[in-house]
Amino acid sequence: MSMVEALREALAEEMRRDSSVIVMGEDVGVLGGIYRVTQGLLEEFGPERVRDTPISEEAFMGAAIGAAVTGLRPVVEIMYADFLANCMNQIVNFAAKMRYCSGGQLRVPVVVRTMVGHGRGHGGDHSQVPMTWFMNIPGLRLVAPSTPYDAKGLLKTAIRDDSPVLFFEPHLLYRVRGPVPEEEYTIPFGRADIKRRGEDVTIVAVSAMVPRAVEAHERLREEGITAEVIDPRTLNPLDIETIVESVKRTNRLITVEYSPKTGGVGAEIAALVVERAFDYLDAPIIRVAAPDVPVPVSPPLGRMTVPTVEEIVEAVEALL
Amino acid sequence: MAPSLDEMIQMYRKMLEIRRFEEAIADLYHRGEVPSSAHLYIGQEAVAVGVCSALRRDDYVLTTHRGHAHNIAKGVSMRRLAAEILGKATGLCKGKGGSMRASSLADGVVYACPIVGSNIPIAAGVGLSIKLRGTDQVVACFFGEGASNIGDFHEGINLAALWRLPVLYVCENNLYALSVSQRRSTLVEDIASRASAYGIPGVVVDGNDVLAVYEAARRAVEDARGGRGPTLIECKTYRWLGHHAGDPGFAYRPKEEVEAWRERCPIKRFRRVLLSRGVTEEELASVEEEVEEAVRDAMDFALESPYPGPEELLRDVY
Ligand SMILES: Cc1ncc(C[n+]2csc(CCOP(=O)(O)OP(=O)(O)O)c2C)c(N)n1
Repeated sequence: MSMVEALREALAEEMRRDSSVIVMGEDVGVLGGIYRVTQGLLEEFGPERVRDTPISEEAFMGAAIGAAVTGLRPVVEIMYADFLANCMNQIVNFAAKMRYCSGGQLRVPVVVRTMVGHGRGHGGDHSQVPMTWFMNIPGLRLVAPSTPYDAKGLLKTAIRDDSPVLFFEPHLLYRVRGPVPEEEYTIPFGRADIKRRGEDVTIVAVSAMVPRAVEAHERLREEGITAEVIDPRTLNPLDIETIVESVKRTNRLITVEYSPKTGGVGAEIAALVVERAFDYLDAPIIRVAAPDVPVPVSPPLGRMTVPTVEEIVEAVEALL
Repeated sequence: MAPSLDEMIQMYRKMLEIRRFEEAIADLYHRGEVPSSAHLYIGQEAVAVGVCSALRRDDYVLTTHRGHAHNIAKGVSMRRLAAEILGKATGLCKGKGGSMRASSLADGVVYACPIVGSNIPIAAGVGLSIKLRGTDQVVACFFGEGASNIGDFHEGINLAALWRLPVLYVCENNLYALSVSQRRSTLVEDIASRASAYGIPGVVVDGNDVLAVYEAARRAVEDARGGRGPTLIECKTYRWLGHHAGDPGFAYRPKEEVEAWRERCPIKRFRRVLLSRGVTEEELASVEEEVEEAVRDAMDFALESPYPGPEELLRDVY
């Protein structure tokens, strides 16, 4: 099934299991969400639990937080991750901090589902992949699935978690299909998935960059190079142990993301690896990332902001 | 329905607790015992007490940076409140929240939001949870007139109105947002008039008359519990002191104005009402003595309490 269908299943199953789970956001009810992730939920669970909101990100994010600290488990949809900027205050100053600043009195079980990296000419303020905005906010969990299987299992874990979770859904992978079992399962946070085993280099890829890194692995194999491909799946908590263990074997690291390079996921992973495995590195770390520009609309320029399989392959070749 | 005489004496006690508590905190502040700023509530006591007296124990409150009073009015322990303000381990939030975030969920004070206006949407969410859980609780959300100029106010009240959530939006109009007077921040005369923009009732009340505030809150509570949605109550009042304990408060407002408002002391005024209803001087004097003692005890408790140990630093993040 597709990631959209997997997410929809996760939501429906959790809503059946727990009546405190509610869904709200723009166009999530009657329309079923502009990506159709919430399709059918209104019919099954009714308008009290599946709520179309006005265009008031700050308000419905705040409302989700208020509902969460008094007994509900809201799942909020932010149509484009760019619009997280419109409710940054509620996420950063409240969702992330209320537990701590209340001395543990409050729990904030909110899940914020959002679409990242539209990738089709929507322009600078409708295309961002802004996980990194939140990486130095203690109190948040950050989840970035790259397969339908992971999306379903991680969303179920997110809904059951007592901390606020930002759940980044890659537009580039919404319609890509993959196996999802019939039976119930969840995936714990903080456990990376080693997508491909390899000896020569470790590639840590995030979100929609994971299938590209896997494809790079296949191409490199034809040249006799084996690349280990790791999908961290959650950026907070980050399974740095798995990455470090891999680098200790391969002695080389490449990170791949499609956010701007500066202050990115790769920067953090590189720093952690240098701290923990400096002596094992045989080459500089390479960060493959978007250039530090807003995403332009014009197709040839826009394409240049999303790393390609070729770029990953070239980065590996440059290291070896 | 007016409160009984016993209830009124209780209200008087609470107003006085707030006054004495804030005076004691100001004192500790000037002695360097308060690790943060402290936004004092003196002059506004009728608002917190009028509203909270119309609430049940299981109703909720959301407050702001100026929130000591709402905690006291809702029945939170003054000892643990004072300890929180001093950053002590015995504080409501183990000293991690301090003056501006002091709150006690067990007493219904969900949180204090020191980012101006942020509690307005959060209160809508508390209202939503009440509605979906099917209880008949309500939530009172306090904020200043300054907060009525931020987006959260407009988005949040619109949402609460749209969903007919059981929320009392209580605007404490003390005429100044830090140094900026209402006149210098909006052309609107009555903040309550903004309610019409969201299709809900807006009420203006004398915020120095605790019985008037109580009555307005009681009606709004009745509407909220009855599923008729939120009310915006604007209480016209004044803060006697500066914006916070370290601000003399005279750089941006005339002395005469401050003096004139001090003449309208909400506590003295209510005291006269109580006497006129047959409460004796002796009864009031004994309340006053008890309050002095309780506040002194709270401050002693806070001062004697230990700071949290280093093991607390990394706790309660997730
Ligand atoms: C969004 C935001 N901007 C600025 C501040 C700094 N600040 C704290 S209180 C305050 C004035 C608030 O005025 P009002 O809402 O009327 O409440 P009052 O202090 O009068 O009780 C300001 C500007 C803040 N905390 N949050």
